[in-house]
Amino acid sequence: MGSVTAANRRFIEPVAAPAHAAPRLQVDKVSLRYSKPGGGTFTALEEVSFEVPDQQFAVLVGPSGCGKSSLLYLTAGLAEPTSGEIYVGGQQVQGPGADRGMVFQSYTLFPWLTVRQNVEFGLKRRGMPAARRKEIVDHYVHEVGLSGFADNYAKQLSGGMMQRVAIARALANDPQILLMDEPFGALDSQTRLQMQQLLLRVWGNSKKTVLFVTHDIDEAILLGDRVYVMGARPGRIKQILDVPIERPRTLDMVMERSFIDMKRQIFGLLHDDLEEAH
Amino acid sequence: MFKRNSWLSRCITPKTGLPVPVVWSASGLAWVLLVGLWAGLSYGGVVPGMFLPTPGAVVEAAVRLSRDGTLGQHVWASVEVVMVGFIVSSLVAVPLGLLMGSFRIVQAFLEPLVNFIRYLPVTSFVPLFILWIGIGLEQRVSVIIFGVFFQQLVMIADVSKGISKDLINASYTLGSNRRDAVLHVIAPASLPGVLDTLRVTMGWAWTYLVVAELVAASSGLGYLSLKAMRGFQVDVIFLAIAIIGLLGLVTDQLFRFLRLRIAAWAQ
Repeated sequence: MGSVTAANRRFIEPVAAPAHAAPRLQVDKVSLRYSKPGGGTFTALEEVSFEVPDQQFAVLVGPSGCGKSSLLYLTAGLAEPTSGEIYVGGQQVQGPGADRGMVFQSYTLFPWLTVRQNVEFGLKRRGMPAARRKEIVDHYVHEVGLSGFADNYAKQLSGGMMQRVAIARALANDPQILLMDEPFGALDSQTRLQMQQLLLRVWGNSKKTVLFVTHDIDEAILLGDRVYVMGARPGRIKQILDVPIERPRTLDMVMERSFIDMKRQIFGLLHDDLEEAH
Repeated sequence: MFKRNSWLSRCITPKTGLPVPVVWSASGLAWVLLVGLWAGLSYGGVVPGMFLPTPGAVVEAAVRLSRDGTLGQHVWASVEVVMVGFIVSSLVAVPLGLLMGSFRIVQAFLEPLVNFIRYLPVTSFVPLFILWIGIGLEQRVSVIIFGVFFQQLVMIADVSKGISKDLINASYTLGSNRRDAVLHVIAPASLPGVLDTLRVTMGWAWTYLVVAELVAASSGLGYLSLKAMRGFQVDVIFLAIAIIGLLGLVTDQLFRFLRLRIAAWAQ
């Protein structure tokens, strides 16, 4: 299991970067403006700057319209900032690439491919030999608990299973950072709780840097090392909060004092924003 | 609230499934009614045989023409025209349509032109095709292509336009370049829609057959039917029409089967 990840990493980074190097993600004075259809401009993000250290689970939480998803798309290179720069692993983001894996809110499994072939997709694009691909795919399919469904198509899977494949598919590429755009937003609450636990376990094993977007405060605290609370109009980071709860995190921690205190604090920050809007 | 347990009640409830035997019976009933009406009108002498042949006469015509081998030749000639025309048209329309739906520039370039051409009546081009191409197989194939190609193009462009941008974005974050996105996402994602389009337009290709064989053909089912009209052989006209319908039905089922086989993931 460990050897697979090691082999995988060698393939992508021939020279291992020193651990004390620059932060994994660096967002530097990023602004994003659209011209509105009726004239005028809409500022989705206003001079946003922050850094995410290696192996950290960072959560962006905020009301709709605060530009949290936009930040993710900019980091993925699927959109371009109006001004400012984003660096991942010290490299400036110029466009999309396999070094920044993404899990989308909508189900983005390729329905013409099986679970195994979906997870294999990125490895195939790189021309990795079949034997090596199989090793990595088997590992990640097992990691998300879908070994029994490896040869199923998307139509035979539940929503939760599809998102598990999406996580495995992104991780199989061994990206520098995993971007997650409200990945559990479309799931029922029971499945969401299960998926959060699964993600915590998988993250614990892979030690990837994660940038996770949600509007669910509980989810943000339960998953994150650090929570970036955002505000809207214009989209900006209002406050950065470290989550004072030890790992491993379990579901019953939502009842703990420190959890509830933090929830109240974030709620207050988001609530201010709602007041401002009126 | 009404009861929905009896199949009779289910028949008149919107969007409600029915047991298989009921479905098959209803489909069969339509045919029985049609043939029954035909038999009644012709055998009963309501319509004179000169205008409406009896079912028996059509079967006799089929036997008569099969025996001397001419029917087979006509059928083959028509199948050739439709297939060549349809395949040539599809080979160009499928890739071009996918590009048209995926690249704004291709769409901007082609769409206004295609939308103009596809409303032009095919029949009005037959004399031009004869003038330009002559009266051989190429002329008849051209009519099929002209009738089908522009419709295919627009429908296939719509198919590829309907592919979710998220799928393409997902492939980019997995390391795809633009070429990969076209070949490994847009193309496979379009497959079910493309097969559906081919199935529908195949039917149109058959309906253009008689137009294609209207002038200057020397074989084919459309020719057979037109020749028969001159001799008032209504039984042969009926036979030709029935065979075109049957061939259309067969190719339609073939495409349905293909769709189930190669795009099973989409059902």
